[in-house]
Amino acid sequence: MALLSNQAPSSSNVGQPVQSAVTIRGWRARILRPVWRLLIYALLIAGSAIYGFPFGWMVRSSFMTIDQFYEDPPPFFPLPPNWSSYTEVWETGPIVWWIANSTIVTVLGVVVLTFVSAVVAFGFARTEYPIRDALFLLVISTMMLPQHVTIIPKVIIFRDLGWLDTLLPLTVPMIGGSAFFIFILRQFFRTIPKELDDAAAIDGASPLRIMFTIIFPLSKPAIATVAVFSFIGNWNEFFEPFIYLNTPERMTFAVGLRFFQAGMWEQPQLHLQMAVALIAVAPIIVIFFFAQKHFIQGITLTGLKG
Amino acid sequence: MRRTFWQQWSGILFAVPWLIQFVLFIVVPFAASFWLSLTDYRFRDFPNMIWFENYVDLASDEVFLKSIFNTLYYTVFHVPGVMVIAFFIAILLNQKVNGMPLFRTLFYLPSITAGVATIMLWLVILQPNGILNQALGLFGLPGPRWLTSTQWAMPSLILMSFWTVGTTMILYLAGLQGIPQHLYEAASIDGAGHIRKLWHVTVPMMTPTIFLTLVLGIIGSWQVFTQALILTGGGPANATLFVLLYLYRKAFLIFQMGYASAIAWVLFVIILIFTFIQFGIARRWVYYEYDESS
Repeated sequence: MALLSNQAPSSSNVGQPVQSAVTIRGWRARILRPVWRLLIYALLIAGSAIYGFPFGWMVRSSFMTIDQFYEDPPPFFPLPPNWSSYTEVWETGPIVWWIANSTIVTVLGVVVLTFVSAVVAFGFARTEYPIRDALFLLVISTMMLPQHVTIIPKVIIFRDLGWLDTLLPLTVPMIGGSAFFIFILRQFFRTIPKELDDAAAIDGASPLRIMFTIIFPLSKPAIATVAVFSFIGNWNEFFEPFIYLNTPERMTFAVGLRFFQAGMWEQPQLHLQMAVALIAVAPIIVIFFFAQKHFIQGITLTGLKG
Repeated sequence: MRRTFWQQWSGILFAVPWLIQFVLFIVVPFAASFWLSLTDYRFRDFPNMIWFENYVDLASDEVFLKSIFNTLYYTVFHVPGVMVIAFFIAILLNQKVNGMPLFRTLFYLPSITAGVATIMLWLVILQPNGILNQALGLFGLPGPRWLTSTQWAMPSLILMSFWTVGTTMILYLAGLQGIPQHLYEAASIDGAGHIRKLWHVTVPMMTPTIFLTLVLGIIGSWQVFTQALILTGGGPANATLFVLLYLYRKAFLIFQMGYASAIAWVLFVIILIFTFIQFGIARRWVYYEYDESS
């Protein structure tokens, strides 16, 4: 603010006759603004084309035969398209297992992880006890802790528990919620007027009751945003499951994709890889198209502004 | 007395699930990781204390130093590149034109689908006879052998990372929408044009968000793993061996877990130092609105 008012007026308007300023403004409105809008559209469309192109290429590549990849040059679009990748893919790998395993982890992520995070966040937003803020700082600081620092001891612990090659290392830690989700939800809960709680408390409502009947229902957009985050995060998660899971039938989809790429074939089967990859991203694209309006607003609204 | 104690502390019950998870899956492994880094543990036998030998060995481990260099190389281009591109896109997506939800979705889609599936796609795009080289050929440019050339493998990964700028972009978009409109009106009255508004209003007001994405970006680029594993496996000739990939090799392919734990700790300290340095110099360039008012 101060920066602006100090500098701006001195330079641009001085010395210009008032009349010409008015004509310039009219000229701007009539010619410059439509040109400006056109430019914005052009940039938006060009940018979307660049950012959307790889998805199109994924579809195209799944319709190729393996030989077509090594033609020089490969066809821009294979005609006639080879649909057989999509039938072949189901017969070759344990994809059904991968989908089932990822679904289990993702559903638990959406339900349990979101719910626990909301409960913990409620505690930080709406109750008071002496070390609350220090504890919240601790939660935030764990977000900065890279997961690789704990991975080796975790593998040893899970081995001794007999949990390696099962989904337990991925799902059991969910009972504690996620620091990131706790942070987002706590920020949102704090924007709800405290008077609502107080009124309910005077009527004798317990904190649990206030949480379920006032705070959660009023926070649907934020909770939905977190649920979508959790869906995407758990469906895509690679590093930890990749370390924990070995048997093909026990892999999640992301780990299975890696196995499909590197462990199953003598020669890379690019067309099959693209078909599986497309099957793997499809649920995310579907969810996101349904949720996107709420999702992007939700992010803005939950105060993720830093 | 008992009642007041209950009243004073009952709120902590809400944090209990997180605390249990914190102790079991963060505190214990974190401490164990440091202890392991002082041993020669190999996943089978009982670990012997060798104190700081792993760290001494790391200092002269050329492959490790190479992995640090590679990660720095990636960071130097990836972080500023993503920030500039994301900022530009965010400004574009903050204009008031029709069809904006669709555009926002399209720019964000690569980031939410980011993972093994979309990374594999780049194997096809970056093939020597693939679409990118065909496009370059139209301009008469010879296309390199992207992923299999020591010179171009790292630039390939950096280039690919510019496709997934969505998270940074969304943070910028949220930041842009948080700038009070009256600042722009004031600037207009003072006669500022688009460029001056961008430089004297938007950028200063965005510095907290820019700072956040810088810190997160650097932390993230020290943890690159999946892209390198899928596309190059760290090669050719370790040209794309990132620190985390080296840790993975040591810990889970040849089971030198003590040594790998030392790598984890060096990496952790590096990230910590980078973050502290940034917080240290932040006050020189990050503009916090409430600094002036309070």
